[in-house]
Amino acid sequence: MTGTIPLQYFLIISTLMFFTGIYGFLTRKNLITMLMSIELILNSVNINFVAFNRYLYPENLHGHFFSLIVIAVAAAEAAVAIAIIINIYRNFRSIDVDKVDEMKF
Amino acid sequence: MNSEILFFLLSAMIIVFSILTVTSRRILRAAVYLLFVLVSTAGLYFMLNYNFLAAVQLTVYAGGIIVLIIFSILLTSHISERAQMAGRYQGLMSALAVVAGATLTLITIISYSFPAKSVVESPSDVKAIGRALVSYNENGYALPFEVVSILLLAAMIGAIIVARKENKAVKGLKK
Repeated sequence: MTGTIPLQYFLIISTLMFFTGIYGFLTRKNLITMLMSIELILNSVNINFVAFNRYLYPENLHGHFFSLIVIAVAAAEAAVAIAIIINIYRNFRSIDVDKVDEMKF
Repeated sequence: MNSEILFFLLSAMIIVFSILTVTSRRILRAAVYLLFVLVSTAGLYFMLNYNFLAAVQLTVYAGGIIVLIIFSILLTSHISERAQMAGRYQGLMSALAVVAGATLTLITIISYSFPAKSVVESPSDVKAIGRALVSYNENGYALPFEVVSILLLAAMIGAIIVARKENKAVKGLKK
């Protein structure tokens, strides 16, 4: 189905998505929204892997499996991060990074 | 022609909703925008003929992670709460850094000429994917598959232990 679409278009989309995620990570103060920015970044990397696999090495499936493993790692990361966030909320009644400063020296 | 229209529609959705995800002040809305981004990405995978990966993206990302994020939003903040953003100076500096990085990467991508290989329209069948996931010869992925399953198990146990309510001894210590 990707007859005339060049590989560069996929890379441009994933670049824009990656840097949007970085912008969110830098400007957000809520821990959950920072986690959502990280999900954006991981997702853009997945697009890159899949596009390279399809366009440059269509006879192998390496990029495909790499994206599968990245998805699994993202799921594990989200689960652990949300457990930590809920624990922080229990202790501080807030998940803003500005207010969680007990370990600050 | 048709696939190009679909591609541009999906990419426009991805870019617009990613920007809305990181700029929306309501956290729950940001999570829903992130869901739209992930579903459009699954559409891109469908376009590239990776049907199994698109299904995994829909079930694990759009089905699992988003639900987890929405639950934790509902547990930790009020519905009407507006998210705090960084100050004007910090936001300006972040935007500057992000625009500089994006420009650099885009220039590199556009100026590099990738070898134009004709895309074979071979559908990736699920049988081959399943065989490759558990075989241990040169094109097999048994080791990463097992490592990822151990990692998932460890992460789930760790998440349960971390999020569990504390017992009295720890509570006394905290006081």
